[in-house]
Amino acid sequence: MTVVVPAAGVDAVTDDGAAPPARQRQRRDGPLGRQNLLAAIATGYLPLILATAIIALPLLWMVIGSLKAPSEVVTQNLVLLPQHPSLNAYREAGTKIDIGRLFLNSTIVTVIGASIKVLLAITTAYALAFVRFPFKRVIFVFMLVALMVPPQVALVPNYILIADLGGVDTYWGIILPGLGTAFGTFLLRQHFLSLPTEILQAAEIDGAGHFTKLLRVVVPISTPTIATVALVTIVTEWNDYIWPLVITTDPARMTLPVGLTQLKNIEGDASSYPILMAGAVMVIVPVMVIFAALQRFIVAGLTQGAVK
Amino acid sequence: MSVTVADAESAGPGSSRTRSARRAADPPPRQKPAGRRRTAELLSARSRRDFPIFLLLVLPNVLLIAAFTYRPLLTNIYYSTLNWTLGSPTASKVGLGNYREFFTDPESLQVLWTTAIFTVATVGGAMILGLGLATVLNRPLRGRTFARATIFAPFVLSGVGIGLVWVFIFDPVTGLLGAIIRGFGGTSPQWFNDPKLALTMVIIVYIWKNTGYCAVIYLAAMQAVPADLVEAAAIDGAGRVRTFFSVVLPLLSPTTFFLLLTSILNSLQAFDLIRIMTPLGNGTTTLMYDAYLQAFGGYNRAGYSAAVATILFGILLVMTVVQLTLLERKVHYS
Repeated sequence: MTVVVPAAGVDAVTDDGAAPPARQRQRRDGPLGRQNLLAAIATGYLPLILATAIIALPLLWMVIGSLKAPSEVVTQNLVLLPQHPSLNAYREAGTKIDIGRLFLNSTIVTVIGASIKVLLAITTAYALAFVRFPFKRVIFVFMLVALMVPPQVALVPNYILIADLGGVDTYWGIILPGLGTAFGTFLLRQHFLSLPTEILQAAEIDGAGHFTKLLRVVVPISTPTIATVALVTIVTEWNDYIWPLVITTDPARMTLPVGLTQLKNIEGDASSYPILMAGAVMVIVPVMVIFAALQRFIVAGLTQGAVK
Repeated sequence: MSVTVADAESAGPGSSRTRSARRAADPPPRQKPAGRRRTAELLSARSRRDFPIFLLLVLPNVLLIAAFTYRPLLTNIYYSTLNWTLGSPTASKVGLGNYREFFTDPESLQVLWTTAIFTVATVGGAMILGLGLATVLNRPLRGRTFARATIFAPFVLSGVGIGLVWVFIFDPVTGLLGAIIRGFGGTSPQWFNDPKLALTMVIIVYIWKNTGYCAVIYLAAMQAVPADLVEAAAIDGAGRVRTFFSVVLPLLSPTTFFLLLTSILNSLQAFDLIRIMTPLGNGTTTLMYDAYLQAFGGYNRAGYSAAVATILFGILLVMTVVQLTLLERKVHYS
């Protein structure tokens, strides 16, 4: 059993560079001993690099694929990098299906849906945390249980309701059923309850009503948590698939993931892979950019409640 | 801070102000007030003035959740007793007929089997790999922050986009994987035609997408493991492996339990990858996908789909109840 000393102890340099690689000597090796260094690479860096590569390479392959010519894809001989990288596939995708429109639809649905959801989460959480009401606990449990009901199970009933109301192929039909938000409410309520009560009481003495307290005190001091909720909501709305898939049939109203399904159906053969990869880039890269810039908030939001 | 507030409050007139001053002086301000005081508070004119505000703030969200989350659970049960074609104005009552059909049809038994394999494989795979990655990420290696973010990323990316990327890789003729296998002198398996391989493929991609989530949650739990316990084990002569299995892993058990149940719930609801990678559900039709296919995959069987969805919900409900009762017990473990 090799004892691997964490790299934090590297300042304690020892001079065992010439230590024989005999098994019995390993334990006495210093942190920079050859055995330890090898072990750190074998059990630390190697798996880390391997895992990172396994995650990153398919995404890189997607981007490269979207820049290839069809002839570079329809071949048994692997073409690693395109000879003449071009954005043709993106243009081509636009002629098969109105991809600009899909992008716009996704943006509209995400912006409107996420804004309303965040707003509802803030108001509900504020009321649950600070406004007096007899059945608060009941309403909180009502929210908590909703958190565990999967939206997928509600597919047929919601489809029938929205279709009856004339919501097929409309923006509101896509947005409305997902607007109720238990996740954001729960996260924000927990945060609001942790705020120092003195601040709110001070505002109260200054004669502030609930709306002033909400807008002038609670929201400004809670921006990081609200940002967390907003980002997670935006990403979820953007990626949302099953409901928009069911409720839209007209390409003019489809969101990007639904339109890509359509594109895959009509472009079955291998020569269309660059086009499909261009589509995949358009749905994945915006989220990747947001994630790269603000991953701290997103990870915190998605792993909230797990480690308690 | 609280002193100033209390001072200012007591200077102010009015009974409600003095009451809140008393509350401000209470050291744990968020505790449930005693029963009698609570009733008095609720009856006071001031709190009654709050009721409309409360409703205004809460009702839109509550109504939306009632209409689109709770109502469907009930209507689903009703629809599941109907023989009803989606879009048709008429439906006939069949009682438990849809359920009887589900549980006697060999195809739906296949669906249950597929669901079980998919769930066990994805949950087991993502959790074991996640745990392994977390132990690596927990060491002070260079670049681990970057690696952590990269590994987590697929979890937040569109399942449709990810599915397309992997179709491009798995394609037996033009795909990257096939080219690599040919490079070693083999021939690519027919991932999309063979039902067993199709299921394997979707499982691999699902694990790829979700391992980072398990890893990050395990990592956070590992960082909360007291260092002195690990040191004590080392002093007692335990090696790294022994320390991990005898000290760290037991301390992670609440996290393992949490991940196990949330992952099972997520896997039972998996849809995006299955839909985009294997549209016909050849070998990959789980309960969730069956519920979708029956209603929206060309059969238009709304009643039968509702029955499948209700069965799925029943399973999810049992899992959730198990989670709430057992997890509660486990959380107080350490």
